Amino acid sequence: MTLTARARSWLIGSAAILVSAVVFLVPFAFILLTAAKDARQAAQLDFSWPSSFHFVPNLIEVLQARDYMLIIAYINSTILTVSSVAIMVVLAAMVAFVLQRRASRWNGLINFLVLSGLIIPPAVVPTIWVLDGLGLFGTMPGLIAIEVAFGLSFCVLLFRAFIATIPRELDEAAVIDGAGPLRLFFQVIFPLLRSVIITAVVVQSVTVFNDFVNPLYFLPGSNNATVQTTIYNFSGQFATQYHLLFMDILLVTVPPLIMFLFFNRRIVAGMTAGAIKG
Amino acid sequence: MRLKIALAAFTAAALALSGCSAGSLGSSDDDGSGVTLSFMVDNSDTNSKMAEGLAKEFNAKNPGIVVKVETRPQGTEGDNLVKTRLSTGDMTDVFQYNSGSLMQALAPTKNLVAVDDQPWAGKLDENFKTSVTSEQKLFGAPFGTYNAGAILYNREVYQKNGLRVPTTWDEFMANNAKLKAAGVAPVIQSYGETWTSQLFVLGDFHNVTAAQPDFAEKYTANQAKYATTPAALAGFEHLQEVHAAGYTNKDFASAKLNDAVEQLAKGTGAHYPILSGIISQLLGTFPEEKDTIGLFPIPGDDAAKNGLTVWAPAGAYIPASTTGEKLDAARKFLAFIASPEGCAAQANATVINGPFAVQGCTLPDDVPQVVKDMQTYIDKPGASSLALEFLSPVKGPALEQICVEVGSGIRKAPDGAKLYDEDVKKQAQQLGLPGWS
Amino acid sequence: MSVLLETRDGTARDTGSPPARVRSPYPHWFYLPAAIVYGVLFLIPTFASFYFSLTRWTLFESHFIGLDNFVQFFQEPALVKGFVNTLIYGVVTSGAKVVLGLLLAVLLTSRIVARGYLRSVVFFPVLVSTIGVGLTFTVLMNPEQGLINQTLATVGIEGPGWLTDPSYALLSVALVDVWKGVGLATLIYIAGIVSIPQEYFEAARVDGAGAWANFRHLILPLARPATVTVIILSLIGGLRSFDLIWAMTRGGPGFTSDVIASVIYKQYQAGFYGLSTAGNVVLFVVVTAIVLPLSRFLNRKEVEL
Repeated sequence: MTLTARARSWLIGSAAILVSAVVFLVPFAFILLTAAKDARQAAQLDFSWPSSFHFVPNLIEVLQARDYMLIIAYINSTILTVSSVAIMVVLAAMVAFVLQRRASRWNGLINFLVLSGLIIPPAVVPTIWVLDGLGLFGTMPGLIAIEVAFGLSFCVLLFRAFIATIPRELDEAAVIDGAGPLRLFFQVIFPLLRSVIITAVVVQSVTVFNDFVNPLYFLPGSNNATVQTTIYNFSGQFATQYHLLFMDILLVTVPPLIMFLFFNRRIVAGMTAGAIKG
Repeated sequence: MRLKIALAAFTAAALALSGCSAGSLGSSDDDGSGVTLSFMVDNSDTNSKMAEGLAKEFNAKNPGIVVKVETRPQGTEGDNLVKTRLSTGDMTDVFQYNSGSLMQALAPTKNLVAVDDQPWAGKLDENFKTSVTSEQKLFGAPFGTYNAGAILYNREVYQKNGLRVPTTWDEFMANNAKLKAAGVAPVIQSYGETWTSQLFVLGDFHNVTAAQPDFAEKYTANQAKYATTPAALAGFEHLQEVHAAGYTNKDFASAKLNDAVEQLAKGTGAHYPILSGIISQLLGTFPEEKDTIGLFPIPGDDAAKNGLTVWAPAGAYIPASTTGEKLDAARKFLAFIASPEGCAAQANATVINGPFAVQGCTLPDDVPQVVKDMQTYIDKPGASSLALEFLSPVKGPALEQICVEVGSGIRKAPDGAKLYDEDVKKQAQQLGLPGWS
Repeated sequence: MSVLLETRDGTARDTGSPPARVRSPYPHWFYLPAAIVYGVLFLIPTFASFYFSLTRWTLFESHFIGLDNFVQFFQEPALVKGFVNTLIYGVVTSGAKVVLGLLLAVLLTSRIVARGYLRSVVFFPVLVSTIGVGLTFTVLMNPEQGLINQTLATVGIEGPGWLTDPSYALLSVALVDVWKGVGLATLIYIAGIVSIPQEYFEAARVDGAGAWANFRHLILPLARPATVTVIILSLIGGLRSFDLIWAMTRGGPGFTSDVIASVIYKQYQAGFYGLSTAGNVVLFVVVTAIVLPLSRFLNRKEVEL
């Protein structure tokens, strides 16, 4: 690398850092700073250092608002995310496994349905009608089932591409050892999917945790609030209490941030998986 | 084998997790003795305070009964919640909900317990009775007070500029011109919260009905339209005129209710067409302005017929799912709400926004000026009417957006009125009203 | 995510399955649990929507009214607006993501300092709650007090009412959508560029090609699959978009930033279930009528070097 090339790399790099800081970091810094201000200063909505730090009192006030609504919402969101992602992953892996391994006249139809699941916007009110008919409308199990149904397609595609790389000889050896389909799948194949499962879990957890539309439609009512709907409702209640509103926003940003710090590479792998095989 | 156990454990865990959603934290401390009544109200500051006040007084007077207040969201989310819980038979023992068309939409004869036989039924104000009656049966006790859809104005600003309360639209616009020249925003609008945009239309109803007394009836029967009834169209035209003349506050498009209230209290804005109930919010932040803020009805064409459009109090209702000793206790609680003691309990809990609907209830002497102004119109025969939503089940859901468009110059008034007529048609058809299909 | 991969080599490749065995180790009943959930909660509602869109419906009873809902949808200016806005929003966001994503990816695959940091920073908004982002930008875009207009004011520019001016509202939301989503587009492009064999670049260097020639003749054609992915993904997302618009403008001022998805929600809220479902059918038709032919078209063209 020549000297000028290095200088240029520095120049472009610094410019990029500066621009990225303004465009991408300032909004997050704004959230953080406003969350730490007192009510009066936060109301000015400017980008400034807090004159006094009210981080902890703001945090406590937000958590206590509306009878600890946010804590309830966190519990609900956790239940929702953990159960739906767990179920989704197991069911999708089963489908992907058979779909990849066994050529049958069903394959065309199933491939078509999987793609439809990615493209077609779900029909809202008819879904409510079905849920209501099953007695699941407005219940947590109902919403979990919804998230599973809407998330299956992505997982199936992800898993199928990965299972294609697992040699068939493994299956045959297991079958010769007398393993039935269940044992073959859960004891031989499923453990081999570990890395792609982590990807699916991470990506889908973020998706489900951040989901706003489905809880809005399928789990109405304040006792059932999830984190996203709670934030949305608070935005009305805290219309002018910006220190609390932004503390709230900060709190919804934390779980994805943790995910990001731990699984940065995984998420990146998952998001691009399969997309770029051309 | 190990696998099966693991699977079973996994399934069980998933079921256990999904079966329960965290409903509420904190324990419910039933001491076992007596009856506990659950009472659901919306979570607005005023209403939840009044409910707590009522519960406290009632509990003190009735040792065997404990009323517990539960809150629900406001707006359409709350509407859905109430309807769902009613239809699934899972409603609280007593609940507060709007009167008028929203209450009619609850299918009261099927879902609620009628209360005509109660001794207090005769002591209710006629207007309120109309708004909680369905198929000749009475269903609720009045919760809260009357409200007016009118123009709140800053009296100090009026004094300073030598203005007089207008009784016609032209006088109102003349005042606005003077205010603008004096550097005050004549009309405050707050489209950051869209519902606040509707008052020029909804609050104009007294003028509509004064010009055409059978409008509500014909409107419900699909025989009168906003776009083709000049008196009704006037509300939309007023919105347009105010914007076209540049009389609104500069931040009208993004301002929220709080901002508007602040502008009115500080006198940077002079008029705010809104529900009178927001006075309690204003006085919460600016208690010293109690006598500064006054109220006058939205002026129309004819000074002689000018009058106030009022909103009836909400109701407290007993759902059909309340039975046995809970029903007896609930009836007692409603009787308390509809008694002078009940009014006093509400008045002690919060700032009172308007007159009560129960005979024998008096207002405290220190009520805000807004309430005094309201009272003069209500006391004067023929100078007040119920808002259209209490006289007709037909109300379109998109009025607020339409008003924002007309009030921001995006859409012309006749066009807005026509669009609203379409919106109303959808609602009437959905309700299956005769004459609309 | 992998739509394109699948449409590209969608024909089932596995021909190696052994001829009919008595009991396959790959039983069809493995499909069953997923099929039940998917069928009941996705397929049945989707098919039911075609019927219910032709009715006036209260959830308990439906009353057949033919095509009235669709007539209403295309007569009422507010609803037509939603339809047009949906197209604008989808095209603008996906176009911007393609251009910006490609440029950022070229930058972030070149030799610059702090590459890892930059990639992370650009990508992080993808993971953040849409509602949180929407509310934050609503505050930043406040016409009087917001940070953006305050900053513009210091250099003497009077910023517009980003979300309150009817001619800007939709585009402002689209801008935030691009801000939040460009990281994913960039990532897909980075993966595409990284997978281009290094020999090509070396050969180009031997030929004396400059940076522009590299971009024009190597990266652009060879990153084509990535472009297809970005276009299709962001179109699907953009046409269906709801949460950001709802959090920022609720379709306002008036109806000026309504899209089909927000119209569906409003009609649902108002209890017009039939009309809301008709909106769903319209959205379904719009998405499939645009995305399917487009992805076929884009995938058919071979990469030319």
